[in-house]
Amino acid sequence: MPAQINTAKPKFEIKLGAATREAFGRTLVELGRENRDVVVVDADLSKSTMTTYFAKEFPDRFFSCGIAEANMVGVGAGLAMVGKIPFVASFSVFAVNKGFEQMRIGAAYGRSNLKVVGTHSGISIGEDGPSQMSIEEISLACSLAGFVVLAPADENATKGLVRAAAAYDGPVFIRCGRPKAPVVYGADQKFEIGKSIQVAAGTDIALIANGLLVAQALLAADLLGAEGVSARVIDMHTVKPLDRDAISRAAAETGAIVVAEEHLVDGGLGVRVAQAVAETNPCVMEFVGIHDRYAESGSPDEMLEKYGLVARDIAAAARKALARKR
Amino acid sequence: MLESYFHMAKSIDELQTIAKRVRRDIVEMITAAKSGHPGGSLSAVEIVVELYFNHMRIDPANPKWADRDRFILSKGHAAPVLYSVMAERGYADAPKGKLNTLRQFGSVFQGHPDRRFIPSLEASTGSLGQGLSLGLGMALGSRLDARPSRFFVMLGDGEIQEGQVWESAMAAAFHKADNLVAIVDYNRIQLDGFVSDIMEIAPVVDKWRSFGWHTVEIDGHDFAAIEAALAEAAGTKGKPTCIVAHTIKGKGVSFMENNPKFHGVAPTQDELKLALQELN
Repeated sequence: MPAQINTAKPKFEIKLGAATREAFGRTLVELGRENRDVVVVDADLSKSTMTTYFAKEFPDRFFSCGIAEANMVGVGAGLAMVGKIPFVASFSVFAVNKGFEQMRIGAAYGRSNLKVVGTHSGISIGEDGPSQMSIEEISLACSLAGFVVLAPADENATKGLVRAAAAYDGPVFIRCGRPKAPVVYGADQKFEIGKSIQVAAGTDIALIANGLLVAQALLAADLLGAEGVSARVIDMHTVKPLDRDAISRAAAETGAIVVAEEHLVDGGLGVRVAQAVAETNPCVMEFVGIHDRYAESGSPDEMLEKYGLVARDIAAAARKALARKR
Repeated sequence: MLESYFHMAKSIDELQTIAKRVRRDIVEMITAAKSGHPGGSLSAVEIVVELYFNHMRIDPANPKWADRDRFILSKGHAAPVLYSVMAERGYADAPKGKLNTLRQFGSVFQGHPDRRFIPSLEASTGSLGQGLSLGLGMALGSRLDARPSRFFVMLGDGEIQEGQVWESAMAAAFHKADNLVAIVDYNRIQLDGFVSDIMEIAPVVDKWRSFGWHTVEIDGHDFAAIEAALAEAAGTKGKPTCIVAHTIKGKGVSFMENNPKFHGVAPTQDELKLALQELN
């Protein structure tokens, strides 16, 4: 059974915590203190990926690769092959899109203990615009055989999942974001790779989300609650391997699912959940995500609003699913 | 002392005898497989033989020994030369008796080096341009642990057209990875024809030097020259060394030498007979 919190369903309120990239950077330093085999490889973005904290404390274990992501990923794989626990970090769009073939040969097919961390994921990076926005990397990372793919919702989730990734023997991709993330979890919450977390109980519909959209799904559940709809909210922080038990149970118990993610709908969490649903307990589904287009410059909030990734959009999708269910 | 124990310390005559056996293996394996890359396997024979029999600190009976030297065949399509040399050197997971199962279903001798099938391989390769990055990562990690290991990455000449090679070349010099050696098998032919007709890479030595590497230019079929170059690399501190080895594609088989056709085409049975006569 997944861990349950918020069972009393107090109204969810947005309280901004640290950005997930910030939590990643802080957690790396803790890991570095605990294990001398933890090393970091970066490609001229350490002040943005927040590996700069690690670089300051452990300069000997921080390897700058310059603006050269393919080599960065390859060097990381090589470090893993001599027993290190390397975290390579860049913006998601550069780490994965430019390092994809190196992740495939050096870590997936080549079987190494490489951790790739992509920050500035999704469209909530805001002002920099689409060339820096990653809306494909979950799909890409999931297509690499044997990769674990994680998308933490807030700072505590990031801390827990980065630690889980370091302890796990095998290739992992972790998706982090640029803006401050709403706090979903308390500091004592436990995180386990492949085990989703039910963050709100409900029986009429299940809202499955990850990353920043977990908070939006919680807000959507409150909107729906005001209409007398009992919405379950599940944080699917591990996109691969997927928590099929939680999904099949949600499908069976609620009969309607909305998946929400800050990623292209094509190849993202939604289609993976849909596959699990189709294979277990088919039910009506709706998908909230980015539909076959690129975003633009603007504030993170403006991006999420315009591209349909806020609570209102999730609630609308839920009403649509509920209408089809009846 | 470890050093002498793990070195085979072969004479040049002995090395040449091994090289001839390896060449025979290569043409036999690829003929049996009916596909493969004879030209670039034959051009690399002396270098790989020298590394495994006379230079690297390795122990085939203990292939995961943490302080071993490591070889990465970045030009993974030349897998037959590596398979034959590893078999000859006694790696249990590269059994000599099975070499002729190359590329066949169920064989450990996969089309390109694959660690899932032969754990003693240091890297799975075949997608060009990546081996030097892997070697650099290994070299940096090993240096961090103050291990004596050295890392040898063999690149094809056509392979250095890949941009990633120069990303890693720049990074290796920046990080002063003097435990890393790149060896360019400069046989002047790639799949579509002569390198100079497909994408000129010259001046090769100047390129590596300008990227901050120590360079040595040798005849890649001359064991004494290879040995001297590897010794020079070992003695070079503060920068990585690139050995630009001038070689002959298809070396040792007259009709394959300098013949672009034999980059990636298997010999026929008749051609195999001729080849084996020449390699007697």
